[in-house]
Amino acid sequence: MSTTLANQQRSKIISLLSPAYLWLTVAIFLPLSAMLYFSFLSDVPFGQTEWHLTTENYQAFFQTTTYAKLLWKSIKLGLIVTGFAVLVGFPCAYVLAKVIQGRAREALFLLVILPFWSNSLVRIFSWAIVLRGNGVLEIGLNAILPFEVDVNLMFSTPAIVIGLVHSYLPYVILTSYLALQAIDDNLIDAARSMGAGKHTILWRIILPLSLPGLLAGAVLIFVPVVGSFMEPRILGGRVGTYFGTVIEDQFVAVFNWPLGAALSFILLAVVLVILALSSPILRRAQT
Amino acid sequence: MSGLLLARLGKIWLFCILVFLYAPILVMAFMSFNASQYYQLPFEFSLKWYEKLAGNAEILDAATRSILIALVTTVIATVLGTAASVALFRFEFRGKRFLQVMLFPPIAIPWLITGTAMLIFFYGIGLGRGTPSVIIGHVALAIPYVIVVVSARLATFDHTLEEAARSMGASGWTVTRRVTMPWIAPGIIAGALFAFAVSFDQFVVSYFLSEPGDSTLPVLIYTSIRKGFTPEINAISTIIITVSMVVMLIAARFSNFGGER
Repeated sequence: MSTTLANQQRSKIISLLSPAYLWLTVAIFLPLSAMLYFSFLSDVPFGQTEWHLTTENYQAFFQTTTYAKLLWKSIKLGLIVTGFAVLVGFPCAYVLAKVIQGRAREALFLLVILPFWSNSLVRIFSWAIVLRGNGVLEIGLNAILPFEVDVNLMFSTPAIVIGLVHSYLPYVILTSYLALQAIDDNLIDAARSMGAGKHTILWRIILPLSLPGLLAGAVLIFVPVVGSFMEPRILGGRVGTYFGTVIEDQFVAVFNWPLGAALSFILLAVVLVILALSSPILRRAQT
Repeated sequence: MSGLLLARLGKIWLFCILVFLYAPILVMAFMSFNASQYYQLPFEFSLKWYEKLAGNAEILDAATRSILIALVTTVIATVLGTAASVALFRFEFRGKRFLQVMLFPPIAIPWLITGTAMLIFFYGIGLGRGTPSVIIGHVALAIPYVIVVVSARLATFDHTLEEAARSMGASGWTVTRRVTMPWIAPGIIAGALFAFAVSFDQFVVSYFLSEPGDSTLPVLIYTSIRKGFTPEINAISTIIITVSMVVMLIAARFSNFGGER
């Protein structure tokens, strides 16, 4: 009796779960495995081509410094963008969570999060219009400032950084806001009543308690930025060569898929190391 | 510094952030109504880029394709995702934690990696590039979002409601239809809207999986930008950003996403 019940339950669980997870397996996990296999091939195994198993593609990464340098350049870009986003976003989240009250808070919070859910490509494109020489930024600054300035940020590293910070800023505001909101105001009041100054409250209460949320936001920004290619392409032009754009090239321009697969896998390894290192923090941020 | 002054500075900071977030989008929208092709000021109101857009078959085709792909993705991902979240919520079984962790990679791994991996795999199994591949990819990216949103709603569900209904003689199906479903409906609607947004705004995966000449709207925009941008792209971009923001506003109403409750 109880075994039939258990069987019934098990078949129910399987019929509810398997469609979604089969789909994820076919579209995510098998492709990732296929890519790992591909990264060890000498050539694309379609049609008449001769191919064999090799580690050449990984050797290409380690023997020349070109790819390693680009990876480092991408990691640096990730650190810079994450740094700016944290510095700009955390105070903003603090104001939202602790200064503004009531309905205004909800409306403002939604307003901050909303752009994040709109098309990222289009938002990057909108920066191209603002930052180009003789663009809106230049005209606007010259209208305000008493002296002529020449602002042509387009096709430069600052343009890429501005665009990426704009793209991912809402992440760190969202996670920090949720963490800050969970801090009990009574705790802050208690500290204040016992004579703690603003600095003490900030360094001893607010920062330690909101750190998991802040770090979760930082990881959520850093990971996609290291793998970005569309933003550097559009805003960086010729200076916009990064690890991500080199991978893109292997698939859409050079058609060296095995090398592209190897480079993708190296990027994945970097991402996984970062996620693994931060997983205790991320788990703490969840609860 | 007094607390009041700090609070005021904080509000000014928040205002600056909002300007930073919205200014470029507003500039783009503004310029799509400007007559000059090279974004020259002074501003001269014109609808000519929207008129040109209405006559651009390539962009309209891509827009139609993007909407159709997003609708198909939404239906499949919402059904599969909701079923999975119900199972994850209602039953205790071995490996549940593992299944929950498996939702993480599609969200956390950069789309560049996922997209190129899909390209390789779909070529390997003979499917190649094209709209079916794009849909398969989009559904996989959308499923975790649906599960997260629907599960969040389910977590607020009171089991005793079901028990009460059952004790008063309601059958299992009636309980599901009259008690459980009405409760999680807002979560499902929000999940569906998220799925639509994930697909409609998706660029990276579509870029690697769509056939040249058969591309989605974001892919077409990207290739046009790289060729040198035109105000028509401006106009279509303005439309896209308006659509996706409206969709997300509706989703936020249904899910209380990031809200306080």
